[in-house]
Amino acid sequence: MTKINVKVDGVSYADEVEPRTLLVHYLREQLGKVGTVVGCDTSNCGACTVDLDGRSVKSCTVLAVQADGGEVTTIEGLAGPDGELDPVQQAFHENHALQCGFCTPGMIMAVRDLLRENPNPSEDEIREGIEGNLCRCTGYQNIVRAAQAAAGVKS
Amino acid sequence: MIPAPFEYVRPSSVAEAVSAIGAAGEDGKILAGGQSLIPVLRLRLAYPTTLVDLGRVAEMQGVRDDGDAIVIGAMTTHHDVMHDPLVAEHAPLIAQATGTIADPQVRHRGTFGGALSHADPAGDLGAVALALGCEFVASGPGGERRIAASEFFHDYLTTALAPDEVLTQVRVPKLGAGWSSHYEKFNRVAQAWSIVGVAALVRRDNGSIAEARIGLTNMGSTPVRAAAVESALAGADVGSVAAAAEHAADGTNPPSDLSGQADYRQHLARVLTKRAVLAAVGS
Ligand SMILES: Cc1cc2nc3c(=O)[nH]c(=O)nc-3n(C[C@H](O)[C@H](O)[C@H](O)COP(=O)(O)OP(=O)(O)OC[C@H]3O[C@@H](n4cnc5c(N)ncnc54)[C@H](O)[C@@H]3O)c2cc1C
Ligand code: FES
Ligand code: FES
Repeated sequence: MTKINVKVDGVSYADEVEPRTLLVHYLREQLGKVGTVVGCDTSNCGACTVDLDGRSVKSCTVLAVQADGGEVTTIEGLAGPDGELDPVQQAFHENHALQCGFCTPGMIMAVRDLLRENPNPSEDEIREGIEGNLCRCTGYQNIVRAAQAAAGVKS
Repeated sequence: MIPAPFEYVRPSSVAEAVSAIGAAGEDGKILAGGQSLIPVLRLRLAYPTTLVDLGRVAEMQGVRDDGDAIVIGAMTTHHDVMHDPLVAEHAPLIAQATGTIADPQVRHRGTFGGALSHADPAGDLGAVALALGCEFVASGPGGERRIAASEFFHDYLTTALAPDEVLTQVRVPKLGAGWSSHYEKFNRVAQAWSIVGVAALVRRDNGSIAEARIGLTNMGSTPVRAAAVESALAGADVGSVAAAAEHAADGTNPPSDLSGQADYRQHLARVLTKRAVLAAVGS
C-alpha cells in the first residue's frame, strides 16, 4: 500500500491505496464519488473525465498514486453550496443535452476544460474539444448547443 | 478491468530513475504519462513487477533553446509541446502533428518521450522526428548516449533503447530559413490513430523546391522516409509535386487491419504526400 494525499472537490484526504488502483476506482469506491462513471476499457469514451490540477484527464487512465499531492475536481464538486448549478451544468439542463445521461458527467467536465482554454469557441472547435468523449445516444447536436450557450454564444 | 499488482517507485531525478529501473530488473517498466501503458496494464496485456514513475523528474520536463537545436524534455506533455513558443518558432511541424494526437484529456497526460518510446507505428511523432532528423538522448547505467532518429525505431513497439535506459530528451535541429512544413493525416473520427500520416518538410529556393524530407506514419512496422519522393522533389518545381508523390509508397510494406488493407494504405500515402507537400509550399 502507498500513502497518498489528495484534495477532491475541496476536501483533503489522506489514504492508503494499492499502486494499481485507478483514480476512477479510488474516487468511486474509496470516496463514494459515484458521479464519475466508467464507460469503456480502452480509454476512448471520456465518461470518467475529471480535472486533475486544473486540466481534464481520463480518470480510468491515471493511477491514484499519480494524483498524490494533487487536486481533483469531479462532477460532484461543481454545484455551489446551495445546490446552484455550474454554468455548464445549467446549459446542459436547459438545452436538453442528455438522453440516457451516461456520458454527461464526462461531457460536462470536457466542455468546462474547453471553455477554460478557449472561452469563445467556434462550432468546429467545440466538436474538437469534446473529441475524447463519446455519446452512445449520439446526442451531439444538443451537447454542442449547450457548450455554445455556456460560452454565451447564440446558436 | 484493474491492473495486476506491482511495486511503485517515484524517483525525482534522472540518476534516481536510472538506478530504479536497473534495480527493478527485467520486469520493471517506466511509467511516463501512462496513456499507452495504463490501458495495456488494465487489459492485462503486460505484467510488470515494478513501475518507475517519471512524473516527478522535473529535469525531464519542458523545452529549452540550445543554440543550433531546441531540446524537448521526454516528460513534456503533448499539451505543453503544442503550446510551447520555442516549438512554434523552430519546429511548427511538431506542434501541428501533436495537435492531431488523441484528444485533450490524453494530451494533458501523454508525453513527447512516452509516445516516441512506445513506438506504435500508428503514432504520429515518429515520422515527424525522422523527417526533422531529431537526436534521442538516453541515460543508462553506462552513462548518456545520443541516438539518431534513423537508428531509433527498430520494429513494431521496439526501439534502440535498452530495457535499463531512460529516454531523457530529444534534440530537434533548428531548420534555418526557407523551410516550411505540414503534417497530413487520415484517421477515423472516433479514433485519432493515423491510418496513414505524412510529415512533409520543404525548403524552397527561387520558387522551386531545393530539398524535401518526407516521413510516413503507419506505412510499415516503423516510421519510414519516402526516399523516392525526396529525390524526385529535389530541384523540382511545384508543378511536379503530384508526379513525385506517386512514388510515396515505393518500397513500403504497410499493415492490413480493420482500418484498411495494405494497398489502400499505399494509395493513401500517395494522395496524402501530394497534399502534405502542396500544403507545405503553400499551394
Ligand atoms: C484514446 C487514445 C488515443 C490516442 N491517439 C493517438 C494518436 O492519434 N496518435 C498518437 O501518436 N498517439 C496516440 N495515443 C497515444 C499517446 O500519444 C500516448 O501519450 C503515448 O503513446 C504514450 O505516451 P505516455 O507518456 O502516456 O507513455 P506511457 O504510456 O507512460 O509509456 C508508453 C511506453 O513507453 C515507455 N516509456 C515511456 N517514457 C519513456 C522514457 N522516457 N524512456 C524509456 N521508456 C519510456 C513505457 O515504459 C511504456 O512502455 C493515444 C492514446 C489514447 C489513450
Ligand atoms: S472509462 Fe475512461 S475513457 Fe472510457
Ligand atoms: S446521453 Fe446517453 S451516452 Fe450520451
